[in-house]
Amino acid sequence: MKIVIIGLGKVGRSLAKNLSDDGHDIVVIDSQPQLVYDAVNSMDIQGISGNGASFEIQKEAGVNEADLLIAATSSDEINILSCFLAKKLGTKNTIARIRNQEYEKQLRYLRSELGLSMAINPEKEVAREISRIIRFPNAMNIESFARRKIELIEYRITENNPIANMKLSDLYGAVRVKVLICAVLRKGKTYIPTGNFVLETGDIIHLTATPRNLELFFRNLGLYKTKAKNVMIVGASNMGYYLARDLTDAGMSVKIIDNDEERCQKMSEKLPKALVIVGDANDSDLMEEEGIANTDAFVSLTGMDETNIILAVYALKQNVSKVIAKVNRKPFADIAVSGNLIDTVVSTGTVTSNMILQYVRAMQNAVGRKVASVNKIIRGNVNALEFNVHEGCTLIDIPFKNLKIKDNTLVAGIVRKNGDIIIPDGNTSFSIGDDVVIVTTDNKLDDLNEIVR
Amino acid sequence: MNYKIIRYVIGKILSIEAAMLLLPVLVCIGYGEPFLKEFGIPILALLLCGFLLGYKEPSDMKMYAKEGYVIVALSWILVSLFGALPLFLSGYVPNYLDCVFEAVSGFTTTGATILDDIEALTHGLLFWRSFTHWVGGMGVLVFLLAVIPASSSSSFMHLMRAEVAGPTVGKISSKIRDTARTLYIIYFVLTFIEIFLLVCGGMPVFDAFIHSFGTAGTGGFSNHSASIGFYQNPYFEIVISVFMIIFSFNFNLFYLVLIGKIKDALRSEELHAFLIVIAVSVFGIALNIRSMYGSFGTSLRTSLFQVASIISTTGYATVNFDLWPTLSKIVLMTLMFIGGCAGSTAGGLKMSRVVILFKTTRREINRMIHPHSVQTVRFEGRPVEELTARSINLYFSVYIFIFVLSMLLVMFEKRDFLTLFSAVSACLNNVGPGFGDVGAICSYSALTPLTKLTLTFDMLFGRLELFPMLVLFSPSIWTKNRSKE
Repeated sequence: MKIVIIGLGKVGRSLAKNLSDDGHDIVVIDSQPQLVYDAVNSMDIQGISGNGASFEIQKEAGVNEADLLIAATSSDEINILSCFLAKKLGTKNTIARIRNQEYEKQLRYLRSELGLSMAINPEKEVAREISRIIRFPNAMNIESFARRKIELIEYRITENNPIANMKLSDLYGAVRVKVLICAVLRKGKTYIPTGNFVLETGDIIHLTATPRNLELFFRNLGLYKTKAKNVMIVGASNMGYYLARDLTDAGMSVKIIDNDEERCQKMSEKLPKALVIVGDANDSDLMEEEGIANTDAFVSLTGMDETNIILAVYALKQNVSKVIAKVNRKPFADIAVSGNLIDTVVSTGTVTSNMILQYVRAMQNAVGRKVASVNKIIRGNVNALEFNVHEGCTLIDIPFKNLKIKDNTLVAGIVRKNGDIIIPDGNTSFSIGDDVVIVTTDNKLDDLNEIVR
Repeated sequence: MNYKIIRYVIGKILSIEAAMLLLPVLVCIGYGEPFLKEFGIPILALLLCGFLLGYKEPSDMKMYAKEGYVIVALSWILVSLFGALPLFLSGYVPNYLDCVFEAVSGFTTTGATILDDIEALTHGLLFWRSFTHWVGGMGVLVFLLAVIPASSSSSFMHLMRAEVAGPTVGKISSKIRDTARTLYIIYFVLTFIEIFLLVCGGMPVFDAFIHSFGTAGTGGFSNHSASIGFYQNPYFEIVISVFMIIFSFNFNLFYLVLIGKIKDALRSEELHAFLIVIAVSVFGIALNIRSMYGSFGTSLRTSLFQVASIISTTGYATVNFDLWPTLSKIVLMTLMFIGGCAGSTAGGLKMSRVVILFKTTRREINRMIHPHSVQTVRFEGRPVEELTARSINLYFSVYIFIFVLSMLLVMFEKRDFLTLFSAVSACLNNVGPGFGDVGAICSYSALTPLTKLTLTFDMLFGRLELFPMLVLFSPSIWTKNRSKE
């Protein structure tokens, strides 16, 4: 497909990279020549420097024959105008990043009148992701598939963890709960494990199970963290607002700390249920006074990545059981996670570009690919693909132990037609109408029949 | 420095050259000429080296600007060294340095020759010599980019930038592979049209191939010592003149025509400037040499051919223009420096650089009169980015510096100033023949080895637009960042 991306911020760059690697024709537009120059040098894409909302530039970029336009500049107005123009010029689909809350209320109207295919509010999406993680504090991260039926949990094996040094085939005997470990990240390398694989301390594993079994798994291990009741959020930003709203709606008690009085004032007007505190989160006296030792979850969302990391480390020292930091710069996030400083890191750019990627891949699917959706997990090293089992599938009703499934490929979960969720073992087989999740390191896999050798 | 990717890409290039050498082998078989020694050995050597260097794909395919420059410079040198083997092994030219000069002259589309008796060569060797023009014109690495698998090409833009001529390189489609393919397809079709037109006019098929390759790459090798003048045929002269000019247009313009944006193509400022310079020079020279040829029509035709040949940096000749009046010679000398348009197969400074240089100079002078004025230089209807303007100024300074250095090196030759000056400028600008002892009817064979070596490097400097070669010789490229423990 031909895709035009306006704005080369974190989201724009990450999208350009991923989509161009997927084989699409990408044209990027940005008003800063240096950014365009760097992007064209490091990726196989075309670049134009100029205002993406201008008619001339859009025509030069060939917007009239593009399948998709993604407007991801920092300005909502430019994004809306770009999408409007592109639609008039003949682009089939448009995606705009819109973050202003005032525009958000008219999103429905904008979507129908301007023909926007998708409007993304990054702050809101990140907040949604954080609140999902807070509800299941054992996970570093959660990804859901097959209409949210199957969840993939990212989990780090810490020291003294009972499952460390355990062979995967012995896992069921020890825990008595059926879970499936789909992928393991060890010292920067990714493995799709088989039964002989031995887990080690420090591994980051991705496991899946039915929601009930997941809870049981951690309970039987004695590692279950109860659902958070008290949450502390640093930073009264838009993201803080969305997060606090989600959490208070879910019945949690939320404290928001920010040192800007005006912002706190606004926040308390909008969120009557939350407790808003004006003060410096770097002041440990204040934090102790506000009971950091008694909170279940701590989220740092200030505008500075460094501050967020330091605050999160501080909160961990205070034995807060779930700590999440917003870190937008990827190198910082990598250091924070690989250095075992913090468990869970979220970034606006990654969340937004993942959402758009999913949309694009679903669009492509409509054009004839057999994959229903593709998710990149483990820092993009592993693909989690969703397939629907049709009549054309040659693997139906054969138990998996009789199939020669390729190395580094694994069936992670099946949702039957009646809604049953199956975590497969050697006796499971596909049947028509299943939704299947496949985890693989193979980037070219796009047909369910190709999972066998 | 990612040495592995350098090794890998160069391995691929050498394998491609081996494949290219099969074409002259076909010609040899067709004419019943021997080919085992002159082509067989180089093919085997290339296949061996190509296999050893390129069989293992590096795990890290990342390439930055410096790797791009080094790959381009190294592969051009190696391709020329191997490309010189057929001529050397055939025994016509006993001196390997002469063969390298000839091969570099071929690949860089210069067209300067050390052969005194061209007609003595076999058809296979003549074909190979001209075919190097064709490949060198668009670029060996661009060819590689057109044939590599799509997935591995994400950081190969640096290769293209280092090899394609011009101050800025625009991709015509978003995938580098498609861009390289489109360029080669346009190139191939245009060449074929020229071959067809020449054959229609009665030129022998073999000669038509040779001269079309020479025109397409704007090189200038012929299979006759008297060049195009051998035929004394106005039709050939006009066809070749027109194609020499066509091949010095920016190839992006042909793409615009191809996708139906003819108006945009015709609006190109570089094109206008180029055509105006040609028109003025043609009429000026035609008036100047009117008395030497019978009618004004003949002198106009001769002038057109020579102007087209020099400004496109081809170097074909129909007459001995060394005998022309000084005014005409000076005009031709100036055209050598200007060269064709950016993104073409021509050499020289490139028209767009000249136009931007001229405009920035005018702005700086204006700034002396109005020190606080703010003015933007516009080119092709949009402001020239300060970075581009600066790099063009830098290019010009380096160009002059290398020119002067080359002049100092060739001074040891005991010849007149015009010969040496024109030899350096003809090689640095990839034109081919100069004036005096290296003029249209003479060859470079009588020069000393030092001069030949200097000129060989000048040709490479000119074709690769200076910087890849300079980067190759910078010490910091070859020192390791971290000491091994």
